[in-house]
Amino acid sequence: MTGWLARLREAPASAWIGILLILGYAGVAILAPLLAPFPETAIVGPQYHPWTAPHYLGTDALGRDVLSRLIWGARNTVGIALVTTALAFLIGTTMGFLAATVGGHVDAVSSRMVDVLMAIPSLIFALLILTITGTSILALILVIAVLDSTRVFRLSRAVAQGIIPLDYIEVARMRGEGLFWIIRREILPNAAAPLIAEFGLRFCFVFLFIAALSFLGLGLQPPTADWGSMVRESAKLIAFANFGSWQTATFGLAPLLPAGAVALLTVAVNLVVDWILTIASGLKE
Amino acid sequence: MARDGNDGSAPLLEIRGLCIAGRSDRLWHEIVKDVDLVLRRGEVLGLIGESGAGKSTLGLAAMGYTKAGCRIERGSIRFDGQELVGAPTETLRRLRGARIAYVAQSAAAAFNPAYRLINQYCEGPVRHGRMSRREAEADAVALYREMRLPDPEEIGFRYPHQVSGGQLQRAMTAMAMSCRPDLIIFDEPTTALDVTTQIEVLAAIRAIVRDHHTAAIYITHDLAVVAQMADRIKVLLRGREVEEANTRTMIAHPREDYTKSLWAVRTFRRAPAAASPQVDKAPLLALRSVSARYGAMPVLSDIDLAVRRGRTLAIVGESGSGKSTTARVIMGLLAASRGTIEFDGKPLPAACRDRPRSLQRRMQMIHQMPDTALNPRHRVRDVIGRPLEFFLGLRGRTKERRIRELLDQIELEPDRFIDRLPAELSGGQKQRVCIARALAAEPDFVICDEVTSALDQLVAEGILRLLDRLQREMGLTYMFITHDLATVRSIADEVVVMLGGRIVEQGPKDEVLAPPHHRYTEILLSSVPEMDPDWLDRRLATRREATGR
Repeated sequence: MTGWLARLREAPASAWIGILLILGYAGVAILAPLLAPFPETAIVGPQYHPWTAPHYLGTDALGRDVLSRLIWGARNTVGIALVTTALAFLIGTTMGFLAATVGGHVDAVSSRMVDVLMAIPSLIFALLILTITGTSILALILVIAVLDSTRVFRLSRAVAQGIIPLDYIEVARMRGEGLFWIIRREILPNAAAPLIAEFGLRFCFVFLFIAALSFLGLGLQPPTADWGSMVRESAKLIAFANFGSWQTATFGLAPLLPAGAVALLTVAVNLVVDWILTIASGLKE
Repeated sequence: MARDGNDGSAPLLEIRGLCIAGRSDRLWHEIVKDVDLVLRRGEVLGLIGESGAGKSTLGLAAMGYTKAGCRIERGSIRFDGQELVGAPTETLRRLRGARIAYVAQSAAAAFNPAYRLINQYCEGPVRHGRMSRREAEADAVALYREMRLPDPEEIGFRYPHQVSGGQLQRAMTAMAMSCRPDLIIFDEPTTALDVTTQIEVLAAIRAIVRDHHTAAIYITHDLAVVAQMADRIKVLLRGREVEEANTRTMIAHPREDYTKSLWAVRTFRRAPAAASPQVDKAPLLALRSVSARYGAMPVLSDIDLAVRRGRTLAIVGESGSGKSTTARVIMGLLAASRGTIEFDGKPLPAACRDRPRSLQRRMQMIHQMPDTALNPRHRVRDVIGRPLEFFLGLRGRTKERRIRELLDQIELEPDRFIDRLPAELSGGQKQRVCIARALAAEPDFVICDEVTSALDQLVAEGILRLLDRLQREMGLTYMFITHDLATVRSIADEVVVMLGGRIVEQGPKDEVLAPPHHRYTEILLSSVPEMDPDWLDRRLATRREATGR
């Protein structure tokens, strides 16, 4: 642990910017009930209120406060993306390490199953499943987690395959260690760095995927606030934007707010991921 | 002798007060400290020292080159009157390959696997404008013939993976000769080769260097090899020169203590085996007509051997002879396709997962490469603690005490080493930790698979002494896999010689190592270089007689 703290101290500025932004997002998501000036779903003012007090980022088509919805959206979108990525990693790494360590038929069967899943474009596959199961949050999480775990499976299997031929695994096998001890104590610590980096990237993709599904109307359902559906709802406002005055121009900027929130978090996560990848590749050591 | 260079001509290479620093952990350390080196035309200088002595760094500096993360701090390098330190890249580029060439340790890694050998040969002379492509090809064939490569007309058209290791190393030397350089730097060119192959490569290198009157810097850690190749020897220790002298003088009368200790390494002899307490008739381990295969390819056939309690059995042979496979079959990592293995009078299940834990405990193995045998994320405490916990059920304070005892036994201070990661240990220390891990299980039988081959000679000798002491103290039985006959002489009671997956000769050490020999044992024994500058000439002479050429 002390090693990580020491590295944190030596982290470049870009990584620090990323870390601070992520902490900021996390803070907003956790403290949403305290920070948001208005409730998430209540109609609190006139429709299409421009960017003036008390609605600093205006109101939407139903008269809900956009700033409050952005803050609540952080909680919904980021929270669900985090749970989904964690689940994808749980499934993916477990299966990937097992396939690599046990090998033989287990490896062959699981790898072919993953190939089949990966052969179908994931957005279409998700749309198909979600139309059948209906769009509950649970279904959303499960479907995306399973689809994404295929990529994690590939990576963790490949990383583990690089570790397994090494002599220390042979030593553990000769000692008669169980499968899970070998995976947890011998393989996982050495595979951690690339997997952490992948976690960051996957998180971004999941997050964008949820936003895309929401935009298509199959993600989080109204009136829950999430950034993807907020982009969709405010997209039509662009048509009414009048860039003649500052007040009317805000309509045109409305879709950029949730989209910008998505973009900024993606950039922040990638800054941190880049830093972890540098450490993992050993260039700094 | 003109070779002594007292002809008054200017030296070909003159290095004065050279300091090279390398960067690690954000600090610059001096790797080469204030070294002088003078080389005359046609002269061969041997550079010897342990790993980390700065041999390769100095060798590369002779080309005006430093590895990434290194820089020349002070000093001058003059090649044929021209200063190389601070010279423009273009000047250096024109020298390198054309007038100064380099032969790397691993030819297999230095050749580009995607191109045929002859394409890579022609690159240098064509680029430097020495020859046309057609001339270069004809020249390659001539040099291949000179290097005594089989099929010189055809071999250049093969890809690197289609050629054996020894042939690759010779093709690499031919490539270095392509522009007829004035100076070649050989960086451990035979270290990765078997003794039987090494002798051919040595002979070819020496012949071509002499015939073309090329100067050479020959870097190696093998003293016997350098004795054959060099006119003069320079000994380095941690970046500093220890001493330099004419080869014969140096071997006969080393001045410095460090050089003497290097020379003395090969003289380690174990106390006679009578010291071991149990001399039991029944063998601890016996293999009866064991065969094994990788897929359809047979790798072991009809192996019969027995290891007696408290004794050391050495298995020798070149790479690919099935030594390590035998160990894998015994340890249950590879199932024998035929035959039985008995341990302590009882048949042993073929796969290690079918063996009871008590049996797994009693048989331990120490690997060749301590780097890959230790998990880089486990601290010494965990590495040694795990078998204690797993086999003996030790926990908490008793476990901690036992770990410290074991560290004491392998001569590593517990307080300093217990919390280290493998990356914070030297090669020899890593191997000691591997030994402690094996000992922690309190085994009866230990397989040592080339445990010293990745280590410097002084360190290797320390490991051998340690293993010998542990055997006497704990009554261990060893199976020692090695290709180094000096190790066999120093530690074995009995010897098994393997070739192509079969046993060609076995018996007590004195019988196997003394004449009359089996034909292959003879070749193996006679290929081990000796600390005698005339050894290679004698070997080649007897060989010529034998083949009638």
